[in-house]
Amino acid sequence: MLIVGELINSSREAVRRAIEGRDSAAIQRLALSQAAAGADYIDINCGTRIEDEEETMQWLVQCIQEVCDAPLCIDSPAPGALAAGLEAAQRRDKPLMINSITAEQMRYAAVLPLVRKYKAKVIALLMDDRGMPETAADRIRIADRLIGDLIADGIAPGDIYIDPLVKPISTGSSFGREVLEAVRYISERYPEVHKICGLSNISFGLPNRKILNRIFMIQAMAAGMDAYILDPTDRAMMGLFYGSRALLGYDPYCAGYLKAHRSGLYD
Amino acid sequence: MFEEIKAAILDGDAEKTMALVKKALEEGMDPLEVLNKGCIPGIEKAGALFEAEEFFLPELITAGEATKAAMELLLPELRKKEDAWQSAGKFVIGTVEGDMHDIGKSIVASMLSAAGFEVFDLGIDVSAERFVEEVKAKQPHIVGLSALLTSTMPKQQEVIEALKEAGLRDKVKVLVGGAPVSSEWAEKIGADGYAEDAVAAVKLAKKIMQ
Repeated sequence: MLIVGELINSSREAVRRAIEGRDSAAIQRLALSQAAAGADYIDINCGTRIEDEEETMQWLVQCIQEVCDAPLCIDSPAPGALAAGLEAAQRRDKPLMINSITAEQMRYAAVLPLVRKYKAKVIALLMDDRGMPETAADRIRIADRLIGDLIADGIAPGDIYIDPLVKPISTGSSFGREVLEAVRYISERYPEVHKICGLSNISFGLPNRKILNRIFMIQAMAAGMDAYILDPTDRAMMGLFYGSRALLGYDPYCAGYLKAHRSGLYD
Repeated sequence: MFEEIKAAILDGDAEKTMALVKKALEEGMDPLEVLNKGCIPGIEKAGALFEAEEFFLPELITAGEATKAAMELLLPELRKKEDAWQSAGKFVIGTVEGDMHDIGKSIVASMLSAAGFEVFDLGIDVSAERFVEEVKAKQPHIVGLSALLTSTMPKQQEVIEALKEAGLRDKVKVLVGGAPVSSEWAEKIGADGYAEDAVAAVKLAKKIMQ
């Protein structure tokens, strides 16, 4: 089970302002608070900085590394920004994660060399040149190909984190179930490959989004999801995460649940 | 009757909406009146409720689908009296090259159709050349460019530049949208407007057509 902290994203107002003012202390606080709350990786995304994404990515990586030991997840659809972030982050002996590669031909070709060069873990998004998947069958078709290609290209199955691409149930009633079915298939067919997802897409366009996000986290875990991109400082979410993990038998002697309890990590 | 049609649209009940519209036409009602007093107020009310956060996305989508279904019955009748009727405007829409996001663009297209626009949906991953070709061929009043990735937003600018080069820029209004897009971005790349969601897009399109 793995938590990637999602808060350092330039589409969030506080981060946008911190980047504009080069307020490294604000960024560092965000990194440290997520690490303290249990994030295994800190995601860094500055995709909204269209003119200077690479430079901004480097600045963010450097400023986080000054104070925070947590491994980093370099997040961009642009291979150039990924390369810039990885280059800045490689100077220390910590694992790296890349967010993300897809089965789109050009993106696959551009990101694969980075995964290899930095021996990084990689989030593999289930989409290809035909578009985004709608059904479980679409996802399974792309997963079979993408996992096959990554392994054939020398990536260890345990370094692959499949993101099944979660779409809002407000735009398709079966969109939650299609993801769960695909996750079940991948878990069975590729036991060493990990599954990861974000939790806010599922509830887009609906009221009381937090409730839906939390329920979906639990349902996905029961289907085999073993990593999440989320806000680890959301105490209610984390309580359900630790509880769900223990209930499904992924937490020997409930040690993680108890440790989180003693550290006061959740409500 | 008009109130019933409006209510069926707000319920997102496409079957009932179609049955009511059929009945109205059989009873000899003017299709233009059915449109203007039943369907349009229905979908406009759905939009207003959505803006007020009393309606949520699935309700907006089903209201749009119900209105579209009604339009399919009404359009042939309206076209019969050609001089009396024209669409709210021609609208070409698509997601830019390299971007596979379909959902938002399709909801906007559906709401525009429901509002009486003649919509040409080019789909996803549409190149600048294709947008130029379609603008040439369809001669729309407005073209809508969707981008959901920060990495594909610059493609919106490319389409605008390509329209300029083809000498078409002053013949068509360009609207942009998508989660990472903003009104600042729209202004920066020389678009004519930005809409945050489907309801805002319809409002903006109507304003342009006035």
